[in-house]
Amino acid sequence: MSAALTVEDLHVYLGESHVLQGVTFDVPADGVTALLGRNGVGKTTTLRALMGLVSRSRGAIGLAGEDVTALATHAVARRGVGYVPEDRDVFAGLTVEENLRLAERDGDPRYDLVFDLFPELRERAAQRAGTLSGGQQQMVAIARALLNRNQVLLVDEPTKGLAPLLVADVATALERAAELTTVLLVEQNLQVVQRLARDVVVLDAGRVVHTGPAAELLADPDHIRRLLGVHGGGH
Amino acid sequence: MSTFVLLTITGLGLGAMYFLVASGLSLIYGLMGVLNFAHGALITVGAYAAWWFGDQVGGGPGQRLLLGALFGLAAGALVAGLMELVLIRPLYRRPVEQVLVTVGLALALGALVQGIWGADPKPFPVPSWMIDTTSVFGANVPNDRFVEIGVAAAVLLGLTAFLRYTRFGLVIRAGVENRAMVSALGIDVRRAFTIVFALGGALAALAGVLSGVYFGVVDPGRGTSLLIFAFIVVVIGGFGSIGGSAVAAVAVGLIQQYANYYASAGTGDLAVVLLLAAVLLIRPHGLAPKVAH
Repeated sequence: MSAALTVEDLHVYLGESHVLQGVTFDVPADGVTALLGRNGVGKTTTLRALMGLVSRSRGAIGLAGEDVTALATHAVARRGVGYVPEDRDVFAGLTVEENLRLAERDGDPRYDLVFDLFPELRERAAQRAGTLSGGQQQMVAIARALLNRNQVLLVDEPTKGLAPLLVADVATALERAAELTTVLLVEQNLQVVQRLARDVVVLDAGRVVHTGPAAELLADPDHIRRLLGVHGGGH
Repeated sequence: MSTFVLLTITGLGLGAMYFLVASGLSLIYGLMGVLNFAHGALITVGAYAAWWFGDQVGGGPGQRLLLGALFGLAAGALVAGLMELVLIRPLYRRPVEQVLVTVGLALALGALVQGIWGADPKPFPVPSWMIDTTSVFGANVPNDRFVEIGVAAAVLLGLTAFLRYTRFGLVIRAGVENRAMVSALGIDVRRAFTIVFALGGALAALAGVLSGVYFGVVDPGRGTSLLIFAFIVVVIGGFGSIGGSAVAAVAVGLIQQYANYYASAGTGDLAVVLLLAAVLLIRPHGLAPKVAH
């Protein structure tokens, strides 16, 4: 299977801290690849480095065969990489409609898809995003990324802090997104990983320590405990 | 009553100039995080460019003022745009160097203007109808105050409409909140930086032109004195907020005038600093922080 995204020997320093120490993995085209690991091992930094939001001291990033390592953040996005950040980062002072309009990149934004997945956003189009609940803000963040025909979506902990009902809604939206594009997902909730992911990449201390089919890892509680420090079955 | 009216309209005229300087300063800091100490020099550049060009084209004071003002605005925008492209852009992640460069540039531009045209004030072309007065509730108010207030009000409306109804305004408003996320949506925010800098330069130059009308002369120190109060306006109004800047500029202009008259001459500046301290204690991020609207 061809790789939608390739990461090779990626090194990132944040201040004095050597956060990513030669991260190498491929994200196969289509479907969801989950990027897992304990807190602080470099998952979010990996996504930010892929977007060009943090400086990369070494390494190469390829998008469908094209080297995008040296590109600025906006240029990476224009190559077809959508980003849903960990803290949602919706523009609080802008309305929902303005948040979405700002994200329009293609001539033909997919509002039908977005409003089909999140009908609530249509009703709240004129509401300032800063006044939305956490779950609604997450809908806006995902909707912004789905509006364009991206090659890859980078999604960082989309269910963090959400009520169980909303977790299911977000998972459904990502499932739908994965039918249309490749998704690299950072997620702590193993039930969501189990539902969505075909492949997993596990980071530890800034390095890749495991790659393989998600089902294989999730079927092995000892392996999960050793790699992720949690009990299997979703935490 | 007539004194109060005169003080109020004069305070609003002064506030109009503070607003013009502060709005550009506020957008530049809000969007780019650059504290532009050279902004005052843009006021001086605008005022002198308007005076010089008016002198070149000749004609009546009205014609000299109008054509000079257009040239001054263009000069302010051009110098500010070049400043961003050549000096500020390489230093976006180096705030200390930014401060050093903008302070140095302020000193250099001030010295350049003084070197070319000398330190003596130059008479600014002001049409006679602006010097004439209009009676408002018994107060004889110079007409130029209405021009200054009207121009600032038009700029406030224009900027608000620009920020609210244009795609570019949307990018600026979003960028003020989180420019990294704007880039992550595929928008080259650096273009917005240059345009906001040029816009801020044009507004500073406009303030320079209006200060020439208000005081009847231009001098090399004008930019610096206006900049100090504009910084106070920005802090009170909240960095990145045009509406906050407008409210704060009016408050600062009025308080200066009232304190100077009703307390004693010279206490106006002290009153403004006390207002700043009070706002910082009650609302540390200003009246309307980090939202361009």
